[in-house]
Amino acid sequence: MSTAPLLRVDGVRAVYGDTVALHDISLDIADNEFFALLGPSGCGKTTLLRSIAGFETPAAGRIEIDGDDLLRMPAHRRPVNMMFQSYALFPHMSVEKNVAYGLESEGVGRAETAKRVAEVMDVVGLGHLAKRRPGQLSGGQRQRVALARAIVKRPRLLLLDEPLSALDRQVRASMQLELKRLQHEVGLTFVVVTHDQEEAMSMADRIAVLRDGRLEQLATPQELYANPATRFVASFIGSANLLDGVVRPGRVDVPGVGAVEVAAHALPDGTPATAVVRPEDVDLTADAATAALSGVVVDTYFLGGASTLSIEVAGLAAPIIASVHGTSALTRGDAVGVRFGRAAAVSRDAATVDDQDGTDDSAEPTGVAGTPQEEAEGVRS
Amino acid sequence: MTSTLDRKAPAVRAPRARRGFAPVPFLAPGLVFLIAFMAIPVGLLAFYSFFKRGRFGGVVFEFTLDNWVKLFEPLYLGVIVQSVGVALVVTLLALLIGYPMAYAIAGLSPKWRTVALVAIVLPFWTNFLIRTYAWILLLNNAGWVNQWLQSLGIVDEPIAMLYTPQAIVVGLLYMYLPLMVLPLYASLQQLDPSLREAATNLGATPWRTFRTVTLPLSLPGALTGCIFVFVPAMSNFVIPELIGGGKTIMVGNLVRDQFFEARDWPFGATLALVLTIMLVLVILVQSAVSRRLTEGSRRG
Repeated sequence: MSTAPLLRVDGVRAVYGDTVALHDISLDIADNEFFALLGPSGCGKTTLLRSIAGFETPAAGRIEIDGDDLLRMPAHRRPVNMMFQSYALFPHMSVEKNVAYGLESEGVGRAETAKRVAEVMDVVGLGHLAKRRPGQLSGGQRQRVALARAIVKRPRLLLLDEPLSALDRQVRASMQLELKRLQHEVGLTFVVVTHDQEEAMSMADRIAVLRDGRLEQLATPQELYANPATRFVASFIGSANLLDGVVRPGRVDVPGVGAVEVAAHALPDGTPATAVVRPEDVDLTADAATAALSGVVVDTYFLGGASTLSIEVAGLAAPIIASVHGTSALTRGDAVGVRFGRAAAVSRDAATVDDQDGTDDSAEPTGVAGTPQEEAEGVRS
Repeated sequence: MTSTLDRKAPAVRAPRARRGFAPVPFLAPGLVFLIAFMAIPVGLLAFYSFFKRGRFGGVVFEFTLDNWVKLFEPLYLGVIVQSVGVALVVTLLALLIGYPMAYAIAGLSPKWRTVALVAIVLPFWTNFLIRTYAWILLLNNAGWVNQWLQSLGIVDEPIAMLYTPQAIVVGLLYMYLPLMVLPLYASLQQLDPSLREAATNLGATPWRTFRTVTLPLSLPGALTGCIFVFVPAMSNFVIPELIGGGKTIMVGNLVRDQFFEARDWPFGATLALVLTIMLVLVILVQSAVSRRLTEGSRRG
């Protein structure tokens, strides 16, 4: 990370007619990094990926790879390979021919091509299917062929456009692990585009969260989760209780709840802000009577390793979501005391308030982040 | 384990059973039409071809193989070969001109694509004879083309263009070019753009992308277009008559002449049958090749 970045995106702006797809995006991607571009559909992540590949031309800005201006190179000369969302395998060629295509385009010799194709087919575990046509393969196998075809040239940068979206859930989970393993094994830099926050969180070293063509936050998954920069990031990454109020030094005053202590922040005193409390940071106590804040359990969700409880608190529009380890003894109708542990404050200016309705489509319920998250998003003052 | 299999089995078998019976009522109108207007007439042609001609047309029912022997006389064989040759040239030219057209149209924005397709289809809305007469106006010795050539000083004497084999080719090409462009356009249009992007991304130059991805995947459309042009071009007799001046006789003209001029119905029937058989063979070959092409892209 100390050396110059592999890829530098500097002030890239993309425009379609009247709509701006990317607003002056700048980011650096280091060599060997597993980088994710995350955001709901229409956030500009695919436009950025296609600009790097050369299928879109930004209206302004620079993209450099190893210090070379990428935008001046025609798409077929860029040292960047891409795995397409639809896989885009050539239907009239065998698996082997598909994988060899990039090497043949480069004029690599016949023997060398055969050797490298065989190597990479072994890496993805498809050696026995070399002579088949893509139409004869399952979705998971096609995905591996697409991957093999994209890595066989050992590109400086591998772009993956929603690489797992066409697979069913079980296959997807195992492919997440496999992609990560593969990235270590082949030692390439990966840039993944995804709308699935869980996918990005589990695979990436760093994540750029995009929304409406703007970069909301660029950080490690841990940092995004613990210290979201904006209300949108807080609601989009994982599940969260969003308590809107006014920020004071060390706390956010939330109507109906009172003061919520938050971690150190740099927000100006007295501005509108949101306290972000993760469900596992909500502590529940049995003696509702003596607690500063109390509520009633309205629903419990058992998830195996953990349980999620939905607690209605007087004065709050939406229930508080709490996550407890293992099984909870509490059931529907029980009164509980609620205490907030760790919380973070994020600013809530005009630009970031409108997101509640914006996290539409793509945020499909995934595990813990499912329904409780959507309900938590409804928490506003 | 077995119970799961048992439960699944009928679900798999049911559609196959249905495929065997359900379509029959739906096929009936088509079958009746085919029998009445295809099977019976062709059967009659085959039947007549083995009998002697009547003096003023019609058939005298005395068995003979003369009509089939006559077919191999150089005069008639020559006409058949010449027809195949003209139809092939027309098909080839249509492919060479039609492919770039279809490719260009498939690359247009949706709005201009519609405009271009309407422009391609538009001539079909005008009567076929009127369009053919237009070519006579253009190509005759005092026609527009010769007038321009002379006024531009390119030639002194008018060039004889009408009533030549070349004129027939031009007329047929004009008539059937849209039938080449439309299936080609359809197959290019269906092509997933990400396939071309993938080729580019893997380092293929635009020419290599075209040669290895676009072209092979548009072959089924090209093949369909070739049949759509070859079959009617081979059997057309109006254009050779009007633009060719009846001098270059094609099989279609020959058939027509046997029935209406020479009044030799049995020989006319023989020629018509031969023409039909040839075209059916061409279509069979095309569908076999086409099946291999598309099957190849789906399976081994």
